[in-house]
Amino acid sequence: MEPGLYHLLFISAGLFFIGVFGFLTRRNLISMLMSIELILNSVNLNFIAFNKYLWPNKLDGLFFSIFVIAIAAAEAAVAIAIIINLYRSHRSIDVAKVQEMKN
Amino acid sequence: MPTAIYIILIPLLPLAGFLLLGLLGRKYFHQSSGIIGTLLLLVSTVLALYVAYGYFMDYGKMNGVYQKLIPFNFTWLEFSPGMSIDMGIILDPISVMMLVVVTFISLMVHIYSLEYMKGEERFPVYYSFLGLFTFSMLGLVISSNIFQMYFFWELVGVSSFLLIGFYYDKPSAVAACKKAFIVTRFADLGFLIGILVLSYYSGTLDFNTLIQRLTSPESNEFKNAVAASFLGLSAITWGVVLVFIGGAGKSAMFPLHIWLPDAMEGPTPVSALIHAATMVVAGVFLVARLFPVFAISAPQALNLVGYVGAVSAFIAAIIACTQTDIKRVLAYSTMSQIGYMMFALGVSKYGGEEGLGYTASMFHLFTHAMFKALLFLGAGAVIHSVHSNEMKDMGGLRKYMPITHITFLIACLAIAGIPPFAGFFSKEEILLAAFQHNPAIYWVALLTSALTAFYMFRLYFNIFWSKASSLQKVELEAHNTHGEGGFLMMMPLILLAFGAAVAGFIPFGRFISSDGTSLESRFHLQFSIAPVVLSLIGTFTALAFYKNKNSKPDKIAASLNGLYRAAYHKFYIDELYLFITKKILFNLIGRPIAWIDKNIVDGLMNAIGNTTRFVAELIKGFQSGKVQQYAIYFLMGAIGLVALFVYVLK
Repeated sequence: MEPGLYHLLFISAGLFFIGVFGFLTRRNLISMLMSIELILNSVNLNFIAFNKYLWPNKLDGLFFSIFVIAIAAAEAAVAIAIIINLYRSHRSIDVAKVQEMKN
Repeated sequence: MPTAIYIILIPLLPLAGFLLLGLLGRKYFHQSSGIIGTLLLLVSTVLALYVAYGYFMDYGKMNGVYQKLIPFNFTWLEFSPGMSIDMGIILDPISVMMLVVVTFISLMVHIYSLEYMKGEERFPVYYSFLGLFTFSMLGLVISSNIFQMYFFWELVGVSSFLLIGFYYDKPSAVAACKKAFIVTRFADLGFLIGILVLSYYSGTLDFNTLIQRLTSPESNEFKNAVAASFLGLSAITWGVVLVFIGGAGKSAMFPLHIWLPDAMEGPTPVSALIHAATMVVAGVFLVARLFPVFAISAPQALNLVGYVGAVSAFIAAIIACTQTDIKRVLAYSTMSQIGYMMFALGVSKYGGEEGLGYTASMFHLFTHAMFKALLFLGAGAVIHSVHSNEMKDMGGLRKYMPITHITFLIACLAIAGIPPFAGFFSKEEILLAAFQHNPAIYWVALLTSALTAFYMFRLYFNIFWSKASSLQKVELEAHNTHGEGGFLMMMPLILLAFGAAVAGFIPFGRFISSDGTSLESRFHLQFSIAPVVLSLIGTFTALAFYKNKNSKPDKIAASLNGLYRAAYHKFYIDELYLFITKKILFNLIGRPIAWIDKNIVDGLMNAIGNTTRFVAELIKGFQSGKVQQYAIYFLMGAIGLVALFVYVLK
């Protein structure tokens, strides 16, 4: 069976919800960052799948996904910088322990 | 016409003194402040005498009638054409006379205080307040505009408040100054409403125009005002009655007199200046200023003035017989004498011979200023050497203070109406006017004059004769080093005594009458017999009772137990006021208003606050600081939005 658009969308949706689940349940900041990467990649997959099956002669979806990858790299750099600073001050990267702004 | 600058300077010099001493006195003029104030006032007095001489002898009279001159007028605030608050000067017989009286008495008090207040820490403040008072009183008497008069009227009230409360570390003085201010302020509300009523119907605030419009039956304003009636009285009557309430408050007429006796907490020279000679006659002056309106357009209001005056005169005389604080006796006697002036106006008519009461009232105002200031200053000298206000601490002082004794005696004779002293002439005219127009008031007045003689000589004998106790004597001997006071204290006494002795010979009717024409006062020998005999009876009764200490007064007081006690407690009028304010006003009005304030006004605010807090309690859990919770909310929100757009808003 030739894989079609629906198969790709199912994979993409699966990846997205795995990412969301990971983001909501993981306490470790690095794991949460990885979950965000999963979500971004599921979006990338969507872009590419739609591009390929709906408008095969255009490149918009591909460009979008390249942008997303670039931004995801920048985001990862910033997030890791934040996490390192957080570790320096708190000796921990557990998100539950970083609640000083409350109250 | 006089040069306006002279007349403007009369009130402005004391004002300059007030500003100079009030702003810089403590630093630069601590020693010289008294001299500065006195010199400025001396110049004012000389100018006032000069103006009076010019007005009465030279330019004031035209065709045998004294004119109302306006040498200076400045439109200050214009509401509509013809209706404006002006700052002006009016020269007519009464204002010129008041200029002389106020500056002269004030000068005497300034000189007297140089010694009396010596060593006082707030000496410059005292003189600056005196300057403020003199300025406002002078401004009041020369006001050409009823609103201008109201300004100065309030200024007089403020300076009186400041001077009564001069010893502000004494709780009784603080209470007294508050009482004086609140009571007169309450009465001034009447004055203000009266001004509004009168100016609404006359369309002007200027005294001359107002009087002219409201007294000529042809004018439209008069017709409108008469047509507008409320409870059966015309608008003019209501207006002048309200104005009279203001006057009664300042002049301490029954039942607004309660502040005057307490006002004696101020320094004694202040009592002489404000609460005897000048400020308290402001009410009489006000009625006299609007006299044509009272007499021609509102005879009922004038009757009210007459009866209020007579009742005040009589009640105050009775109370004065029982008081033991010498300044309080003098305070009640002031109230009684002002009552005389008021009912003299009340029984008067406008114009010609019928206007005798008006002349008599102004005459009495003039002579009373002399002898009452003298009495207070004399009492001040006594208090200065005895260090007490109570009669029982005094006695036999005539040996130690001869000048005070003689001048005090002259003043007593004058106020009792014994010929040929000043009070005799003025009181005689008042009684004559009352006799001609209102017999009931005449009999009350006659009785009051006997009482006056009695209480004045009771005071006199108690202070200067009646044996001093041995302890007292020792103290007096010790004190005799500084005697009765030096030249500065005695000179005003002597000058005022001279005034009190001879002021009666001034042919007053020739200068001051209700319509400006000359009024020859005739002397009726047979008419004078009754009052003089009654005064003598009063005097000799006092002589018999108080010349030497004996038990007669106590016995009589005991036999008149209820009446005596009631009079001693001032007929419980203070208590009545307290009852009305504390029990009735506080409970019926104050408490409900406080309840509304606490429960409804505050309650509304609290409800708003509580609601906010309650809502905050409900939703504050959302802001937990947990990133992942926020992510859930975000996710829910996004899903919700998607659902909204996909299913609801498609």
